[in-house]
Amino acid sequence: MGNEAQTPDAAASVDFQEVQQTAQFQELRKRHRSFVFPMAIAFLLWYFAYVLLADYAVGFMSTKLWGNINVGLVLGLLQFVSTFGITAWYVSYSNRRLDPVAAEIRNEIEGHEFDKGSTVRGAAQ
Amino acid sequence: MSAMVPMVNVAALKDTTLLNMGIFALFVLVTMVIVFRASRNNKTAADYYAAGRSFTGSQNGTAIAGDYLSAASFLGITGAIAVNGYDGFLYSIGFLVAWLVALLLVAELLRNTGKFTMADVLSFRLRQRPVRIAAALSTLAVCFFYLLAQMAGAGSLISLLLGISDWGGQALVIVVVGALMIVYVLIGGMKGTTWVQIIKAVLLICGAAVMTLWVLSIYGFNLSNLLGAAADSAKNPNVLNPGLQYGKTETSKLDFMSLGLALVLGTAALPHVLMRFYTVPTAKEARKSVVWSIWLIGLFYLFTLVLGYGAAALVGADTIKSAPGGVNSAAPLLAFHLGGPLLLGFISAVAFATILAVVAGLTITAAASFAHDIYANVISKGKADAGTEVKVARRTVVVIGVLAILGGIFANGQNVAFLVALAFAVAASANLPTIVYSLFWKKFTTQGATWSMYGGLAAAIILIALSPVVSGAKTSMIPGANFAIFPLSNPGIVSIPLAFLLGWLGTVLDKRREDTAKQAEMEVRSLTGIGAEKAVNH
Repeated sequence: MGNEAQTPDAAASVDFQEVQQTAQFQELRKRHRSFVFPMAIAFLLWYFAYVLLADYAVGFMSTKLWGNINVGLVLGLLQFVSTFGITAWYVSYSNRRLDPVAAEIRNEIEGHEFDKGSTVRGAAQ
Repeated sequence: MSAMVPMVNVAALKDTTLLNMGIFALFVLVTMVIVFRASRNNKTAADYYAAGRSFTGSQNGTAIAGDYLSAASFLGITGAIAVNGYDGFLYSIGFLVAWLVALLLVAELLRNTGKFTMADVLSFRLRQRPVRIAAALSTLAVCFFYLLAQMAGAGSLISLLLGISDWGGQALVIVVVGALMIVYVLIGGMKGTTWVQIIKAVLLICGAAVMTLWVLSIYGFNLSNLLGAAADSAKNPNVLNPGLQYGKTETSKLDFMSLGLALVLGTAALPHVLMRFYTVPTAKEARKSVVWSIWLIGLFYLFTLVLGYGAAALVGADTIKSAPGGVNSAAPLLAFHLGGPLLLGFISAVAFATILAVVAGLTITAAASFAHDIYANVISKGKADAGTEVKVARRTVVVIGVLAILGGIFANGQNVAFLVALAFAVAASANLPTIVYSLFWKKFTTQGATWSMYGGLAAAIILIALSPVVSGAKTSMIPGANFAIFPLSNPGIVSIPLAFLLGWLGTVLDKRREDTAKQAEMEVRSLTGIGAEKAVNH
């Protein structure tokens, strides 16, 4: 993420509340949450639906599809597929939608745009 | 070939003891050399606890897989599939899916806001002392349960793989394994521990891959044929269907739901997994670590599906159950059947390396939590210098190592298999709610954190103590007594929602407000990585 450049106490003088209020940060926060929350809920629901089926719908899960391959095995393997799929999707989403914005904000902070006592700070003090 | 009568001469296993020991000794020798070389640069606390934050995402991801794929998941899941069929596979899926919680909600944010331990993150914007103490206690509890389970499991592995069945001989081997672990962690710190885990993960996954291809080739690379042979060998077509293990009663069905909840929510809150995210230089590398570990762990559990049914078809469930080590012997017996003494020796050595690697990871996590959270931040109130802190951590390693050896010797032969499930339940109840709340809920307060952590920890432990795993059943730890008023063997379904509820309740009833500047700082840091701990340059 390229944060090798900053000094350890670069963050010490930053007014984080001001950064938090910027439209740019709010956008990053929204992009992050609007991906991870629905995705977390979706995969948890899908996993527990699978566990409930294995627990309470044994007949359905035991239905043979091809040879000895049954519904239960296919749904189980689909859990692997969805886990790998969500992983790949999140990585590509982060690379495209999150990392560039995070890097921009970091550069601005490192450029001392949000230091405490800077003239940009408004009515709060 | 698939109609072959299972014939594995269990007695012949003993003849391979020397070979097993030889291959394991070779592993120890190679890793020792690497640990010594890697540890020459161990100077600061960040070197000792976090390997100078210098591992790459792929290295760390491999180490995470090495840390996570314990003997319980290699030998245990293969055996569970061999004996109980589909339900063993069902069990492995929870262990994999759980990594999405780590990937989406925890890994990067934690890397950006913490330094060495889980408590660093939890106490970031809340009141230091109470939150740090609670987080350190739950870290130590999880590590203790997990460690005891691994060391107790070592005893049954020894009887299986080395053919040593007397108590004194097993105790001696436990002492040797424990002492080796202390040397690795003491000298190598996190760097040494990581290398042991990486080497072990590569050996384990390669070994499992070879065996998987071997089994598949016997059945013409046709999964359906393999499944058919497993069902024929078991004389029970239901090994291909769910329900053989968890579907027995309504209680066992509910129990599996509870276990599933603990597995899925516990993994991303295991302190020794969380600590691994500090060994990489940036949040992006932490993300890469999880991606690597998801691929490796997923691939490995797909192998165990083939190995489990392969063991059922080629070795037979009855032979497995009657072998020393019982269900755990499925993978070693299959190795012996396929590749004779040499493959068995290799797989046995990998199993020992597995115990060594997992125990080392747990020990350094517990020692870091004691030295960094309790000693440096609570007892000496942040005034201790880093040198003293690392000295305390090293002493703690020795104490924990000795405790682990004693625990392993005395728990040997006891039925303590529930301890791993308990560790996951405690992590999911005591740690996860507070991790999620403090990262995502602005209003979360210190009181919410302490209620949730102590409430979740106490609920998980008390419910286990009152469950059939401790008393009231033939398979209980104390079969003679009966105070099992809680029907489930896994407390997760009660303790996890309770801990989330307590975190919310403690917060809304809290009259104190937390520092909003600190909250802003944590949120900005967690998402942007500004001010995150950097890699150490040597």
